[in-house]
Amino acid sequence: METLTDPAVIDQMTPIPFRVRSVREELSHTFTLELEPPDGAFEFLPGQFTMVYAFGIGEVPISISSSASQTGTILQTIRRTGAVTHALGRLKSGDYVGIRGPYGTPWPMDDIEGRDLLIIGGGIGLAPLRPAVYHALENRDDYERVVILYGTRTPDDILFEKEQRSWGDRTDLSTLMTVDAADRGWNGAVGVVTRLIGRVGFDPANTTAMVCGPEIMMTVTAERLIEGHSMAPENIYVTMERNMKCAIGVCGHCQFGSKFICTDGAVFPFPEVAGLFDIKGV
Amino acid sequence: MTEDSLAKALGDHDFFRGLQAEQLDDLAAIATKVEMARGDLIFAEGGHADSAYAIVDGSVALELKVSHRGNHIMQTLHSGEMLGWGWLFPPHRWSFSALALDPTTLIRFDAEQLRLLQDEDCALGYVMMKRFAQVMTNRLAATRLQLVDFYGNTH
Amino acid sequence: MSEMYVSGQSGIGRLIQALAESGHAVIGPVIRNQALVYDEIDGVEDLPKGWTDLQEPGRYRLEHRGDEKLFGYVVGPASWKQYLSPPEAVVWAGTIGTEGFKSDPVPEPPKYAFFGVRPCELAALRILDNVYTSSNGLPTVAGYTATREKAFIVAVNCSDPGGNCFCVSMDTGPTAKAGYDISITEVVHNGNMRYLLTSGSETGAEVLASIEGLNHASSEEVEAGETVLARAADMMGKRLDTEDLPNLLKGNALNPRWESIADKCLACANCTMVCPTCFCNTVDDNLSLDGEHATRTRKWDSCFTLGFSYMHGQPMRESVGARYRQWMTHKLATWVDQFGEMGCVGCGRCITWCPVGIDITQEVEAIRRGDLRDTHIGVGGYV
Repeated sequence: METLTDPAVIDQMTPIPFRVRSVREELSHTFTLELEPPDGAFEFLPGQFTMVYAFGIGEVPISISSSASQTGTILQTIRRTGAVTHALGRLKSGDYVGIRGPYGTPWPMDDIEGRDLLIIGGGIGLAPLRPAVYHALENRDDYERVVILYGTRTPDDILFEKEQRSWGDRTDLSTLMTVDAADRGWNGAVGVVTRLIGRVGFDPANTTAMVCGPEIMMTVTAERLIEGHSMAPENIYVTMERNMKCAIGVCGHCQFGSKFICTDGAVFPFPEVAGLFDIKGV
Repeated sequence: MTEDSLAKALGDHDFFRGLQAEQLDDLAAIATKVEMARGDLIFAEGGHADSAYAIVDGSVALELKVSHRGNHIMQTLHSGEMLGWGWLFPPHRWSFSALALDPTTLIRFDAEQLRLLQDEDCALGYVMMKRFAQVMTNRLAATRLQLVDFYGNTH
Repeated sequence: MSEMYVSGQSGIGRLIQALAESGHAVIGPVIRNQALVYDEIDGVEDLPKGWTDLQEPGRYRLEHRGDEKLFGYVVGPASWKQYLSPPEAVVWAGTIGTEGFKSDPVPEPPKYAFFGVRPCELAALRILDNVYTSSNGLPTVAGYTATREKAFIVAVNCSDPGGNCFCVSMDTGPTAKAGYDISITEVVHNGNMRYLLTSGSETGAEVLASIEGLNHASSEEVEAGETVLARAADMMGKRLDTEDLPNLLKGNALNPRWESIADKCLACANCTMVCPTCFCNTVDDNLSLDGEHATRTRKWDSCFTLGFSYMHGQPMRESVGARYRQWMTHKLATWVDQFGEMGCVGCGRCITWCPVGIDITQEVEAIRRGDLRDTHIGVGGYV
């Protein structure tokens, strides 16, 4: 076996140690790591992700869920699904993870100033959207109406619930939440997230939608916005997810048609990927 | 509420929008406005569906009794939507319970008179059936999406 | 045009020697296990003199030519990517301590002379350069650049194309046009083995000038070389019609042909292993038993494996048809969107080394014959 040598190369694949400041359990299978960059600051844009490395176990792409204006620590919200995420979930304050990045395209926050923002999240898909919400709130005058719609499976699966409730109390944004199923005691909406769209005010011609969730949730939502509300497809942004090993466009795993999800996305204008959703196994 | 203001409220409701003034008047004549407080039971699962409801303002939960699991909310309905169609077809029974989630304003129609009105004014009956068909189609589509793993594996 | 030299086989030997003396590990074609592969060579005697390779779909056999040619064959299962992006390579290693982890030091990159690089393989190197340097403007990975920049390249033009060759269709051969330090054309002139040598870089020119016993080629000898290569261009075993090919494949994503290929395809990944441009890889992380030392190893991977697209407990490309479609559509269509050129150089390896003889040129023809772009099935498709 040979050892690779190019210093630039080593930089690209080298995990940078970030100290875990805190671990917060969000939901039964979801937790958030608060991480300290070694040099005190970590610059990124809303919607970008990092490769999070559990020492000796492996690496997974995880979006950053904190505000891009807070560079002293970053938050990464992770669901326990496999060996790496379970290992990350066992970390404690004072432990270290490896970070590479930030990678990927951001939400188009600068290009959409002066427009209504329709932020639609499904399940854990709210995590990559949260930096966009923070950006909109921190630069509230740059945008017209800001609407946050959220859907998840049950009331026990609501990500960042307390924070979402606090957004709901604000007068400068509209929020609606829905679940697929609930028992009596749940006082909110029940039904798919697309049923919320008709209940909020926004100007379809002057709105940019940012949608994040499973592919079916994003396609159904985008179709509803286009067909039911006459939104232009290019004003809808979605985030894609695929198996990813390098995050720099050379491992080939995350290809989706002509796109490398890691470098061409993960945030895409909907028309760039829309045609591919109907082809099984792209 | 007078019949006139009821007719106006109906005309502003998404479901009845665009109907002729006479038709709205005919509908208003068999309608009453109902106010519900949070937690009020509007109708009960299995009960006789003797009324049709349009939601003017507020939110309503449709509940199903699931043995050993209590009451399960299947869907919520909101301002501008119709509540229930059990009154349309025999045996005229509610397949869900309806519970007001918020202070809710409804327009209630007498089911028997509404069926009669639809039979007499076939044009009105046809428009309403078409709109109900649309409502049912949308609900079915939404229900199908609730069946797939719409938000990914959370467990 | 740079100076054309001529020599006999002894001159080739002195070239190999000169490259070794200037600190290169000289890698060239050798016979191992009844196949032509690339390995370190010490001199002209290591080359497969008098051998040729018979290639058909799913078939490969070495035979004696009955002559003294040093380069009377084409390419075997090996390609130069194994030296630039090795099948297994540690990309990072580190030790954990109380203050996080520290990276291990890394050794110097190897200094290779690639001897006997065919024109299609030069094209493959250029394609790999694009892959490893253009993504998102980021620096290269896997030590590729460090090794690549130091590599000295001796190209050999093809006088005897093989049964699965189609470099003319891909415009990559049989004559090397650029990307080499020295190029060699083997000709039989007046019954003698003659080697025409020319440089493609300053370093190449310096090396040629330093080798004793090379003569300037006569116009007759230069012409003989041109004749050999012109004839070779007419001897291609295969042809691939590239007319509108990216759109053809992207518009036929739902063509039932993919599933009928899948009936034959074993998803063994041979085609991707032997392909000189297939670059997909995976990263394996390992931990020492004491939990203190970790290594990250990059390994060749293949889009034909089920695990390649695995996400959230299931593969995205479950059917073999979807995997074959991904491979061929990437190679001939989406690669153009990604890197501005196709990822196929016409070397024919994927045809030869496919255990069931699936022929990419034939599959393109089949899709072309059953083109569904103007039907309802062809609607939508790749962006």
